[in-house]
Amino acid sequence: MFAAFLQYLFSGLTSGAIYALAGLGFAIIYNASHVINFAQGEFIMIGGMATATMVAAGTPVPVAIALAMAASMLVGVALEKFAIEPARNADVVTIIIITIGASIFLRGGAQLLWDKEFHALPAFSGETPIGILGATLMPQSLWVFGVAGLAIVVLWWFFNRTLFGKAMLATSHNRLAAQLVGIGVKKVLLASFALSALLGAVGGIVVTPITFTNYEAGIMLGLKGFSAAVLGGLGNGTGAIVGGLIVGIAEALASGYLSSAYKDAIAFLIILFVLFFMPSGLFGKRGTDRV
Amino acid sequence: MHNLVKWGTAAVVAVGLCGLAGHARAADPIRIGSTLSVTGPASFLGEPEKKTLEMYVERINKEGGVLGRKIELVVYDDGGAGDKASTFTKRLIESDKVDILIGGSTTAATMAAAPLAERAEVPFISLAGAVVVVEPVKKWIFKTPHTDRMAAEKVFSDMKKRGITKIGLISEDAGFGKSGHDQSLAVVKNYGIEIVADEVYSPKDPDVTAQLTKIKNAGGVQAVFNFGFGQGPAIVTKNFKQLGMAVPLYQSHGVASKDYIRLAGDAAEGVRLPAAGIVVPEQLAATDPQKLVVTAFKKDYEAAFKSDVSTFAGHAYDALQIVLAAIKRAGAVDKAKIRDEIEKTSGYVGTGGLVSMSASDHMGLSPSAFHMLEIRKGEWALID
Repeated sequence: MFAAFLQYLFSGLTSGAIYALAGLGFAIIYNASHVINFAQGEFIMIGGMATATMVAAGTPVPVAIALAMAASMLVGVALEKFAIEPARNADVVTIIIITIGASIFLRGGAQLLWDKEFHALPAFSGETPIGILGATLMPQSLWVFGVAGLAIVVLWWFFNRTLFGKAMLATSHNRLAAQLVGIGVKKVLLASFALSALLGAVGGIVVTPITFTNYEAGIMLGLKGFSAAVLGGLGNGTGAIVGGLIVGIAEALASGYLSSAYKDAIAFLIILFVLFFMPSGLFGKRGTDRV
Repeated sequence: MHNLVKWGTAAVVAVGLCGLAGHARAADPIRIGSTLSVTGPASFLGEPEKKTLEMYVERINKEGGVLGRKIELVVYDDGGAGDKASTFTKRLIESDKVDILIGGSTTAATMAAAPLAERAEVPFISLAGAVVVVEPVKKWIFKTPHTDRMAAEKVFSDMKKRGITKIGLISEDAGFGKSGHDQSLAVVKNYGIEIVADEVYSPKDPDVTAQLTKIKNAGGVQAVFNFGFGQGPAIVTKNFKQLGMAVPLYQSHGVASKDYIRLAGDAAEGVRLPAAGIVVPEQLAATDPQKLVVTAFKKDYEAAFKSDVSTFAGHAYDALQIVLAAIKRAGAVDKAKIRDEIEKTSGYVGTGGLVSMSASDHMGLSPSAFHMLEIRKGEWALID
């Protein structure tokens, strides 16, 4: 009985860590611009697809990973330069719509550049399951936990301990004031897209051995990542991680103890319930509006 | 003034178009219309289907066409969506004035197009899998792919042979998996098998160990049957191995492609699934009537497109061959006569199996169309 519970928990943690990693990317761009970047899932897809196809073509894994990360960052920068920046005076909502358009464009591009097949990547530390008290966990899940944990530490350090990170936060709070004290607002936005694309690529690379990837993989990861980010409080890294884990574990426990037919509904019910009582998410700062 | 110019242009264009239409009628090709899911989630169906139709139509035209007339193929991409399929079918019937419809890659697209074909009385050979396409029988609708019920029956009969009586079913909670799940429940009793655990997963779930653990603990499960396509079955297979489940795993015909073995890797070892002969042409017995057809088709397709042939490409090939044979027998491009001749198709050896249609069976495949395969050392092995 306990073994079954533990297995459900591991299942939930595996999915949850994947959602959390996807959710983290939303936090950075939101922090810098209050824009929700719906092309975040596509950064994840690009990271996974680029690595998987290069590895399949014979590139050594570390080289493929480095190139995929660079490619994804380049796409992030290009997206900001050619789609977001020309519309910088537009509403936040308009920019969000632009990111949706960009996500469709990137999916189409991936379809042309690569193909419509699914691609796999070998697991980093083998495929021998680790047995714990009668339940099993794949070593790759540990990689996902580790990378998610590392990302949150690095992000915390970046936003709280570096001048550039603080400049980003300042820009998100008040763009004009930030500009007046000498922060290069344009640079901040550019950097935020590069960073979140990089983070997305890292996420895509570590989850591909578990979930596989294809040109459409970004849709699900983006959606679940967005749910995780909203549940945890948009713009809060810890929140995205906790949110992702809650969604993943809720799904697994629901399919284990209730019915797998309702697991998605149950996860969304939890999100609705939390947002009903805490509209800015679990870790979000309460917004203050001056009337 | 501006308006005058616009109307003037419109009139000229309209006159020109009428002239063109008149001209086209004089040349009079046989028109085959097709709405396929060339892009979108079902593109793995529509893309090979489109390539196959185009390749063979071109070849037939080079050889002089049918009844001395060329064939003109009109293809639209419905992206797998029913509403688009319906719009395009309307266009095919009303403005392209096609004589025959081949297409509807997904069941949704086919079911949206079917009433239009029925009303306009155009013969329509569907490329969709589900039983609902031909059951109940619709006068003008036929199909070439195997049904999910046939796949379930093949799997259950193999289980019965192995003395398995209690199984766990895990299916994808969407289109193909859902229909397969329902058909499995409908026929499982005929084989004395009981489904003791019935679980589902979403098409893009990253992990299904929770569902599999529940099946494992259901008590007395002697085999697990998974109905789905895409990456889902590969994840099920990997998780199945992760949990160290010692019972046999069965998959549906939805994963009968090399991609599945490639994705699932070692975990796919020993998995059994039903598949058409086209998956293993070289392993078919020399006496198998299908051997020649599938070997030739595989060679043609792979030489032309440099990619592995799939069962889906075969469905389009079969549909085209059945239609061409019917036109030849009818001796005229008359929709009603062609329909009657399609229904009289008998003993056609296709990539999907032997096809003999009748007034009550608009698919015509016998259960022997499926073979049972097992994955051994990363390759298909024909076991039945």
